[in-house]
Amino acid sequence: MTQLPIIEMRGITKSFPGVKALCGVSFAAYPGEVHALAGENGAGKSTLMKVLSGVYLPNDGAIVVAGKERHFKHPLDAIEAGISVIYQEFSLLPERTVAENIFLGREPTRCGIVDRRAMETEARRVVALFGEAQHIEPDALVADLDVASQQLVEIAKAVSLDAKVIVMDEPTAALNETECEALFALVEMLKKRGTAIVYITHRMREITKLADRVTVLKDGWTAASYDHVPTPDTIVHAMVGRDIGDYYAEPATAQEIGALVLSVRNAGNDQLKNISFDIKAGEIVGFAGLQGAGRVALARALFGAAPFTKGEVTLAGQSARFQSPREAIRAGVGLLPGDRKGEALVLMQSVSDNGMLTARALSNLAGHDKATRFASTTSMDALLRQVDVRAGNFSQEIKSLSGGNQQKTIVARWLSLDPKLLIFIEPTRGIDVNAKAGIYHLMRELARKGAAIMMVSSDLPEVLGTADRVLVMRLGELAGEFARGATEAQIMLAATGEKVGAA
Amino acid sequence: MSSFARYRAAWRLERYAPALLLGIALLIYIAMALGLGQTRFLTPEAAVSILNRSIALGMTAVGQTFAILVGSIDLSVAHLISASAVVSSAIMDGNPAMMLPAAFAALALGAVVGTLNGLLITKLEVNPLIATLGMSLVIQGCLASFYGSFKGSVPDEFQIFAYGNLLGLPISLLVLVMLTLLAWLVLRFTRFGSNVYSVGGNRDTARAAGIKTARIVIASHVICSLYAALAGLYLASRLKSGSPWIGAEGAYDLESIAVVVIGGTILSGGKGGIWGTVAGVIIFSLIDSIFNLAGVDAFAKQVMRGIIIVAAVAFYAVRSKRMAA
Repeated sequence: MTQLPIIEMRGITKSFPGVKALCGVSFAAYPGEVHALAGENGAGKSTLMKVLSGVYLPNDGAIVVAGKERHFKHPLDAIEAGISVIYQEFSLLPERTVAENIFLGREPTRCGIVDRRAMETEARRVVALFGEAQHIEPDALVADLDVASQQLVEIAKAVSLDAKVIVMDEPTAALNETECEALFALVEMLKKRGTAIVYITHRMREITKLADRVTVLKDGWTAASYDHVPTPDTIVHAMVGRDIGDYYAEPATAQEIGALVLSVRNAGNDQLKNISFDIKAGEIVGFAGLQGAGRVALARALFGAAPFTKGEVTLAGQSARFQSPREAIRAGVGLLPGDRKGEALVLMQSVSDNGMLTARALSNLAGHDKATRFASTTSMDALLRQVDVRAGNFSQEIKSLSGGNQQKTIVARWLSLDPKLLIFIEPTRGIDVNAKAGIYHLMRELARKGAAIMMVSSDLPEVLGTADRVLVMRLGELAGEFARGATEAQIMLAATGEKVGAA
Repeated sequence: MSSFARYRAAWRLERYAPALLLGIALLIYIAMALGLGQTRFLTPEAAVSILNRSIALGMTAVGQTFAILVGSIDLSVAHLISASAVVSSAIMDGNPAMMLPAAFAALALGAVVGTLNGLLITKLEVNPLIATLGMSLVIQGCLASFYGSFKGSVPDEFQIFAYGNLLGLPISLLVLVMLTLLAWLVLRFTRFGSNVYSVGGNRDTARAAGIKTARIVIASHVICSLYAALAGLYLASRLKSGSPWIGAEGAYDLESIAVVVIGGTILSGGKGGIWGTVAGVIIFSLIDSIFNLAGVDAFAKQVMRGIIIVAAVAFYAVRSKRMAA
């Protein structure tokens, strides 16, 4: 604590039209320390780091680097001040080589000519610091690397820039267990070199393992700041800001679980192998697993977007190997994709139009657009109110709504078609905590009314809290089934395929 | 940990596709000439004449490559070519002493147009299609209203550019080769060239890496316009005077974009290069020659060109989709 911080952010405030993203947040990073920045999605972690890296200009507050106040007007200023940010979505150019990416925008030149040999030598030097196991060829195309190696290139870029502060934004989001361990070792190495690491995450395990200090953001405020690492419960409480008691809905009772709705037998395609499972009416079945384990592929296969090529699928007794989403929707399947803005919403249209989207798509082309076979604007309004979409009025553009209300609108869209099976993919991604509880209760309500619900989520506590049964996927196959009450550790073991006792 | 070391160099068909297409076009041409017994179309002189037919398109397309690689596009090149030809021939007005000032004026005009395009696109954030389309209309309008006072002609000395020979090769072809080499050197070996690819690949990434992206985009547009202005000078030299329609008649805006795309540079930017564009230009010339040999009429030729452009783009799109999967 006697040391001076390398960087200090004081009272940072940043507003966007209609949103106050940060409100007087202060934050400091010391050399050779890992400062964990925790918080729910939308708490302002990423915005704060974008202010630090010069992508956003703060409305108020100061950034102090080595005792001097600085105003970053361009990311270049932040880079020159020794700040490197590794974003969750990498800033790598897939069509360029590793060396070219490491030297992006600052290629060494000799007499105006880019010195490729110097680039490759330096790239080799930096990658060698990471140890022999993590070898990357400097002339490999980034597109040919796996995610972990791409992340390594990002870290190499920061090291080669001689960054004094390296910000890592949820670095383990796309890594498997082994890759995570390798990353943790790297973080320790950087620490020893005196680099300050700002480690953004909401995984308690990583905070406990790596951090020296913890700051928790909530809704753009500093909810708590510790010079030590408190217990996970303390951090979670600061992140959530409420008691967990009624956070998740009650599980289904035996009477609520009804007839068989979905049955899959030995189904597969080029991403899925030998899938067999059932979902009954009134049941919420959670699908856990690592990124790329095949959960989304399975959802897309059931929905006909990337159909099964073998096996048998029945929906309420009818054969249901759908070849297109349209067929699936007709038969009573609804899917709420993980990327709401990209795949589910027409952002510039109204709440009401977004609700009517599928009903209109399946109705007579020449029919009336306000009163389709499945829903009228009046019945849609009622549905929107039923799922508790909060909007000034339903004719306002949906992009002005919060994530939670957008998600509820999509639920209303499907309700108009009275689906037998609803597939939720990452149902609460980018939704704030209180709205999350709303979505969980809504899902339970739908199940009680007789829908079968498949929930794909990477948020393990959410899966455990919501689902009546959990299926774990690994490498395109089902790797385990757990009744309610399973622990996170059990599920992670099944998801990573490691032997019991390894963790 | 072994996963960090995993690296597999994929063989990328689309990287060699322009060369492949060029080879196919060449084979068809040779087969055609042999089949018709017209071996005089297979001499080095014939090759030079095929290339010489595409000087203006070649210059424009090399410039257009910069605009497209940086993630932009330039629709104003055709009218800029006309303007460059008209302005230079008006300034020369038959006087050999005015050749240099005229060339300088044409290039200055190009630099101004390119800078304006770049500023519109970066500072005012106008979509490049609209910005350069607007610029194109403005140039066209100015030409139409001022043409009455532009009664220039090109002195014989200036026509050496288009008709002269050096070491048995047309000077214009040598100039095109030099301009192409220059563009290649810049893109391949300078930091500016790297930055063009980076900005085109992902503007946010480039900015986050500390590249002043606006400057790169503006500079790329200036280069694009300078090459178009040079093409205008060449056409003035070849046609003995500037006419305000030559650019539009040659459809240099759309054709330059077409050959860049056939050459494997992707429209969203960040991937491709000069050699692809060169291949694209030669492919277009060969198609012309093949149809001339076969005696097919101009309309069928146009249909064929259209099909080839669409097929090329579809090919690249399908390939890149497969890569992503």
